[in-house]
Amino acid sequence: MLRLEKLTKTYKTGDQALKAVDLEVPEGQVMALIGPSGAGKSTLIRCVNRLVEPTGGKAWLGDIELTGLSQGGLRKARRRMGMIFQEYALVERLTVMENVLSGRLGYVGFWRSFIRRFPQSDVDEAFRLLDRVGLLHMADKRADELSGGQRQRVGICRALIQDPALLLVDEPTASLDPKTSRQIMRLIVELCKERALAAIINIHDVALAQMFVQRVIGLELGSIVFDGNPDALTPEVLTQIYGEEDWEATIETVEDEDAEVAAK
Amino acid sequence: MTTFADGVLHTHRELDDMLGRRWRKPRFVKRPWLRWVLGLGFLAYLIASYTTVEVNWNRVYEGLERGWKFVIAFASPDFFSRSSDIWDGMVESVIMTVAASVVGIAISIPIGLGAARNIAPLPVYLICRGIVAVSRALQEIIVAILLVAIFGFGPLAGFLTLSFATIGFLSKLLAEDIEAMDKVQAEAVRASGSSWLQWINYGVQPQVMPRLIGLSMYRIDINFRESAILGLVGAGGIGATLNTAFDRYEYDTAAAILILIIVVVMALEYLSGIIRAKVQ
Repeated sequence: MLRLEKLTKTYKTGDQALKAVDLEVPEGQVMALIGPSGAGKSTLIRCVNRLVEPTGGKAWLGDIELTGLSQGGLRKARRRMGMIFQEYALVERLTVMENVLSGRLGYVGFWRSFIRRFPQSDVDEAFRLLDRVGLLHMADKRADELSGGQRQRVGICRALIQDPALLLVDEPTASLDPKTSRQIMRLIVELCKERALAAIINIHDVALAQMFVQRVIGLELGSIVFDGNPDALTPEVLTQIYGEEDWEATIETVEDEDAEVAAK
Repeated sequence: MTTFADGVLHTHRELDDMLGRRWRKPRFVKRPWLRWVLGLGFLAYLIASYTTVEVNWNRVYEGLERGWKFVIAFASPDFFSRSSDIWDGMVESVIMTVAASVVGIAISIPIGLGAARNIAPLPVYLICRGIVAVSRALQEIIVAILLVAIFGFGPLAGFLTLSFATIGFLSKLLAEDIEAMDKVQAEAVRASGSSWLQWINYGVQPQVMPRLIGLSMYRIDINFRESAILGLVGAGGIGATLNTAFDRYEYDTAAAILILIIVVVMALEYLSGIIRAKVQ
């Protein structure tokens, strides 16, 4: 469904953030992208929806080639890719409802969006999504009145109301406490399953990734160095991705946590 | 000591050198001689420039009395003997202020957007920065003199002057606020497939709106005060009335006008405080 062919990004400074990355994500697959800071995780997902312009290679969403699209074509293609951000990236002075409805901007004209008169079907869908994440009563609150976990759930609604085929998720749990992190990850994975969405999730927390996803990609210095099942993340593999460290503890914790989750 | 591995021993040695050494914040100008030359040079310049300012103490003595009369006049301001002139001047000033502020702010917004490097392409940016630079370089009085020469005496010249000055002030500060906005919030709106205008409306405007409103209120305040000055060069408003009062040595009427200006400015200040607290 998403296919990257030798996708390359070289920044003006000469830093090669992505080195000819080849990647295929089938429909409905939830995938984690792990790797040290600066490995190019964030650049990779931003090159897909072209918030960062790739400098080489191609990216296909279904049968649309993304890197060659005009501005108008890009806008249409972006509607099919919902994005969830680190630190939520809600527009803080807008209400929760405005933030959710901003996910529909690709579908409605300027005037309707300017006077905040969205089609009733969009408004209904926004209410349904807010109800799904348990924030229906917060609809008219300003985004900056919400807690971190609540904000991220609004961010999820904003991405889903686009009716996307693919979710691009950039460090969704980076600024959340461990419990909220799990809740958010669980919510994202559940929603992807409900709607048969594919997702690329950038994530620092290896243990958390292992708990929730079907496939893990390890990125190091702009190249893919691991692609496989989460269970295949051995200390050797983690050393290859992150460098030398005692990995036994990390992996053991994961198993404990898995058992704990299963027990519930 | 010899039992330590090489690396460990080495780090210990570096630390031993540091222990017991005084620590001071690194100086801004590192070379001591340059630091002293700059400091002493500035001091010498300061002394030299103060000594060149001549003070004629006899003139000051005479002037004190005249100044005192002026101050005394504030104790007995005369609002009534020229009340219709004062009223006309005030109305004219308020009209000038409101009209110039509305027009100036309306023009400033697109120019401010264009002058923000993070959202405007380079050619647009340069043009808008150019407009801002011209508007800021020309002081209000100079513009007013020019416009009075073109359009004749009266509030039209004042209105145009204030509009022009508002553009330079507001566009520059708006552009700077846009440049300092949170990029990620705007990025999130763009990622949804919004058009440029929608992006500005949802991603940028909410972030800069409180500042835009605060600056606009401040500018209305400035425009009113300026309108009192512009009268001195014939551009209408309460300034013209004030000028006439001075020319006739009617200090009590002048005092009344100044008091009114102060009251209006303070009222505007109070109002803008309330509005700014509301929009934040």
